[in-house]
Amino acid sequence: MDLDLLSNIFYAMVRTGTPLLLVALGELICEKSGVLNLGQEGMMLFGAVIGFIVALSTGNLWLGVLLAMSAGMLLSMLFAAVALGFNANQVATGLALTIFGVGLSTFVGAAWVGKPLAGFEPIAIPLLSEIPLIGRMLFAQDILVYLSFALFGLVAWVLLKSRIGLIIQAVGENPDAASAMGLPVLRVRTLAVLFGGAMAGLAGGYLSLAYTPMWAENMTAGRGWIALALVVFASWRVFRVLLGAYLFGLASIIHLVAQGIGLSIPSNLLAMLPYVATILVLVLLSRDAIKTRLFAPVSLGKPWQPGH
Amino acid sequence: MLLSLEPRGQQSRAMLWLSPLLAAVLTLCSGALLFALLGHDPLDTLHTLLIAPLADWYGVSELLVKALPILLCALGLAVAYQARIWNIGAEGQLLLGALAGSAMAIQIIDWDSRWALVWVVLAGVAAGAAWGGLTAWLRTQFNANEILTSIMLNYIALNLLLFFVHGPLKDPAGFNFPESAMFGDASRLPLVSEDGRLHAGLYFALLALVAVWVLLHKSFLGFQIKVLGLDRRAAGFVGFREKRLVWFALLVSGGLAGLAGVGEVAGPIGQLVPQVSPGYGYAAITVAFLGRLNPLGILFASLLMALLYLGGENAQMTMNLPQAITQLFQGMMLFFLLACDVLILYRPRLKLKWAQRTTNAEAMA
Repeated sequence: MDLDLLSNIFYAMVRTGTPLLLVALGELICEKSGVLNLGQEGMMLFGAVIGFIVALSTGNLWLGVLLAMSAGMLLSMLFAAVALGFNANQVATGLALTIFGVGLSTFVGAAWVGKPLAGFEPIAIPLLSEIPLIGRMLFAQDILVYLSFALFGLVAWVLLKSRIGLIIQAVGENPDAASAMGLPVLRVRTLAVLFGGAMAGLAGGYLSLAYTPMWAENMTAGRGWIALALVVFASWRVFRVLLGAYLFGLASIIHLVAQGIGLSIPSNLLAMLPYVATILVLVLLSRDAIKTRLFAPVSLGKPWQPGH
Repeated sequence: MLLSLEPRGQQSRAMLWLSPLLAAVLTLCSGALLFALLGHDPLDTLHTLLIAPLADWYGVSELLVKALPILLCALGLAVAYQARIWNIGAEGQLLLGALAGSAMAIQIIDWDSRWALVWVVLAGVAAGAAWGGLTAWLRTQFNANEILTSIMLNYIALNLLLFFVHGPLKDPAGFNFPESAMFGDASRLPLVSEDGRLHAGLYFALLALVAVWVLLHKSFLGFQIKVLGLDRRAAGFVGFREKRLVWFALLVSGGLAGLAGVGEVAGPIGQLVPQVSPGYGYAAITVAFLGRLNPLGILFASLLMALLYLGGENAQMTMNLPQAITQLFQGMMLFFLLACDVLILYRPRLKLKWAQRTTNAEAMA
């Protein structure tokens, strides 16, 4: 393998890993606060379709990004209302959100399938982007990828260094104690869910505005679900989320690698790889049940109401 | 907040069954509102969606044709969900059933004997059950979360099906279309009546309905499954074997979904095509919840869901509305159901809160 190919693979790995990173960061915050939102796929799709429609009809890509985030947030509000407000089962509510989001995005986007859009272009930073191997990967991406680096930094700082991070984790570990300390448990959880929604919307917008600037039904292809597995894979630790996102990115572009070294494997079989990798990762990491339970936020997925 | 919730202290049995009805009504109301916003006459659209498709026997038979796979998948899911095993993989299990059934049918395409059909159906059921069993294996052996593994297996199953329909199973005489050859007559499910497409899969579905009802309500195994769902630890204390129950629930679930899949290819479609299922396996999740995991409830819910599929097609043809209405309604219905389910355990109180607020305000003043 020559250097050029390797540099291209690294570049594509980060590009492909970016939507996973964005959703997983949002879900990480959400799960740290004790809420399991399985609706990522639905929120991503709705973000993708709204972002695309807005960008195409106004010609303003940034407005598209903004509304993609708002769209994701809007759906997460529904989740928060039913799962937190009405205390419904979080697994079922998340599933409902995904089914709803898939239907809604297909319905809204029916007239927009296959229309061309000039999406975000890569911006190469002079000099830095010419570093061999990692130059293209880190410094010749489009602006949303740079944004994802910044958001990663933000989430890492919040979780590891800030008071807000402590509050989120207190609420996720022991809501009763947190509530007794005077923390507004439901409000913290709602905000975490909304943040997750915005991130999922952004990830969807990244797909439809930068990664493949177009809209197609179900274009997220399970990335929302893979991101959920990613958080488990990362044992709820933020640096591992970053690592995992890019590893999964690599698994999804393995066909480029295969082509590069002259292998010909049917594309449908290669398309299975990220899903197979997800299962393998789940198997490897969940084998030790006690360890998984140690890392997971204690009250993850458990409904909680004040005064019960 | 305007609305406050007061615990009832016990489940309201009335709300248990009123909640799905309420959810359906709320979905229709929101649908009507949506159509009005889009500039269609709401009543007219609802008529096109829900009543026009059932105007004649052909419509009714089409309704049943669509209800069969949904019913089969949802019955299987009910068994798993009663044990609180969140199998989201009915779609993949259905696709694999269709794939294996087709592979078998192509192998024995020139058989004349009726045994051909038996083999095709068995292959489909076995493949669906195996796909469900894979989830069970990952869960019991490696403790892997069944929601995520079964979803991943859906995507893998779809890609497997696409691979086979574009490759090994493609009809050599089919002008390079991604389709298998048409099955031999002996491996097709016979029609129930001369007009329409309703096929013998109907009998399978009715049989499955009775079997699942007996399993869940009249058998010790069903009792064990329910106890496992209610309290894992209690089930362990009385000596129910959790792993075995997980295997059982997922094998039944997968087998029924596989039956649904093979019923589609050996029934109305007659060959393997890339779009075997317009999301029946996902629709079945909504149906299972809407039917309260009860076989009879699921029967009604699957008919309603089939009507939405049929109506979606009708609305696309006559009013040029996107067919995704079906999925949209599906999602709305599940959402409303979960929201309405709060009424099973809680009593809504509107005035109380207002009164409290005014007293608060008075106190402040």
